[in-house]
Amino acid sequence: MAEEGKFKVTIDGITVDVSPGTTILNAARQIGGDIVPPAMCYYSKLEGSGGKCRTCLVKVSKGSEKDPRPMPKLVASCRTTVMDGMEVQNITSPDVVEARKGVVEMLLINHPLDCPVCDQAGECKLQDLGYEHGADQTRYEFDRRTFERIDIGEQIQLHMNRCILCYRCVYVANQLTAGREHGVINRGDHSEISTFIENALENDFIGNVIDVCPVGALTDRTFRFKNRVWFTKPVDAHRDCPTCSGKVTLWYKGDEVLRVTARKDEFNEVEEFICNSCRFEKKKTADWLLEEPTLIEKDSVITANHYSVFTPPPVIKQNPKLQEANEEQLARTERLK
Amino acid sequence: MLPNKPIKETAMQSLSNRKKIIEQKPMNFWERMYLPAIAKGLGITIRHFFKKIPTVKYPEETRPYSKNFRGQHSLKRDEQGRERCTACGLCALSCPAEAITMTAAERKKGEEMLYREEKYASVYEINMLRCIFCGLCEEACPKEAIYLDGPHVTADYLRKDFIYGKDKLVEPTFDITKLIQDKTS
Repeated sequence: MAEEGKFKVTIDGITVDVSPGTTILNAARQIGGDIVPPAMCYYSKLEGSGGKCRTCLVKVSKGSEKDPRPMPKLVASCRTTVMDGMEVQNITSPDVVEARKGVVEMLLINHPLDCPVCDQAGECKLQDLGYEHGADQTRYEFDRRTFERIDIGEQIQLHMNRCILCYRCVYVANQLTAGREHGVINRGDHSEISTFIENALENDFIGNVIDVCPVGALTDRTFRFKNRVWFTKPVDAHRDCPTCSGKVTLWYKGDEVLRVTARKDEFNEVEEFICNSCRFEKKKTADWLLEEPTLIEKDSVITANHYSVFTPPPVIKQNPKLQEANEEQLARTERLK
Repeated sequence: MLPNKPIKETAMQSLSNRKKIIEQKPMNFWERMYLPAIAKGLGITIRHFFKKIPTVKYPEETRPYSKNFRGQHSLKRDEQGRERCTACGLCALSCPAEAITMTAAERKKGEEMLYREEKYASVYEINMLRCIFCGLCEEACPKEAIYLDGPHVTADYLRKDFIYGKDKLVEPTFDITKLIQDKTS
């Protein structure tokens, strides 16, 4: 026993004391760093999520202090609670790395390779996961299942092709909004996210399904094809919102706000859910109080722009005298043509 | 203190022994007349009249180019004549000179024969003054849409004329069946 009422867990050789009832994934998140298992379906803010995608598989090499036998199979860390004296292997176990590679391959079986078109590219968790763990080539020889894309209401678009059935959006609709109008229909290989008769999702918090979606299945229609994520500049901002906290990230291109999302933490989970009017209607700088440029992880493609200050200094200094002279010269050459 | 002894000066020794010693003498009579030197110089000049001329008169005739020569960019079409570019922005991201900009647009119904994917570049501009012809855009392109396979970028008078838009970059439509016939015949 470490502290009173605390369990001692060792994950990849790093020991941490957590309260009983914590899952292995959350214990690993308390440590942080490379040893945190990736999670596609688990979302700490959504009750009941997790246990579906199997990307967070870990190996429990020692069950507990009292029963030191290892667990017979790899376990989903988002659903397995810790025991005192538990020893867990994540990236140090070749079994886990191998299994995760298989899971990524399974997730990518029906996922189209349309990252150049997809608006999520650049902040897509499946892209990162495939890059880190996936094989170079698919072994799947059959046709991927395809659906027509559906506009769910004015602002949200559903690309069922890209869905990995994580159920996060269903939990959002269940837990944040009064009436859920969409869900998973059919079973097994045929299951799909759908509103039964393509009902428009009309609820004040339904826009959060966009943030919650780990892939590009649910995307913002107002941002569709506007720009690539890595060419926009994220800035933290807030406003007095009667329905939500009003703390958001604005994605700028030049002086224009292209889209508004909730602020996301290092595990790609939103800090606070925001309402639809913040997300879709307030797209002017005047609506917001700007705070600071959002911190972006160093290895993220979004840092390609090196945006660390609000207004980057111009490359060439404004020189009205020179501009005037150039204009005059241009007029002269035009006359000669 | 020791009395000042004159240090024995040794001549600096050459290590490689390749040093040539040049003897300089005053010019003699023939040399002062310069006539043989003039004849010799004219001889060299006249000899060049009968040599093969190495000058290539460039725009009319070109030298053979290397296979991997990188010239002006061209945006490719696929075998059905549709534009391959989907405006994914990877060329602009990889460009070290920030020469490429683009605006994406969504393909409408009835434009399936024009654009390959549901998204396409409505505006695609390369600033040829910024471009360093490194070929990274070519490497980054996931759709095999851009290649630097054109000729040299020609000179112009105004800076604004160096911003090449889609009118100059997209390759002209071609008939793939005729191309294959040309090759086989």
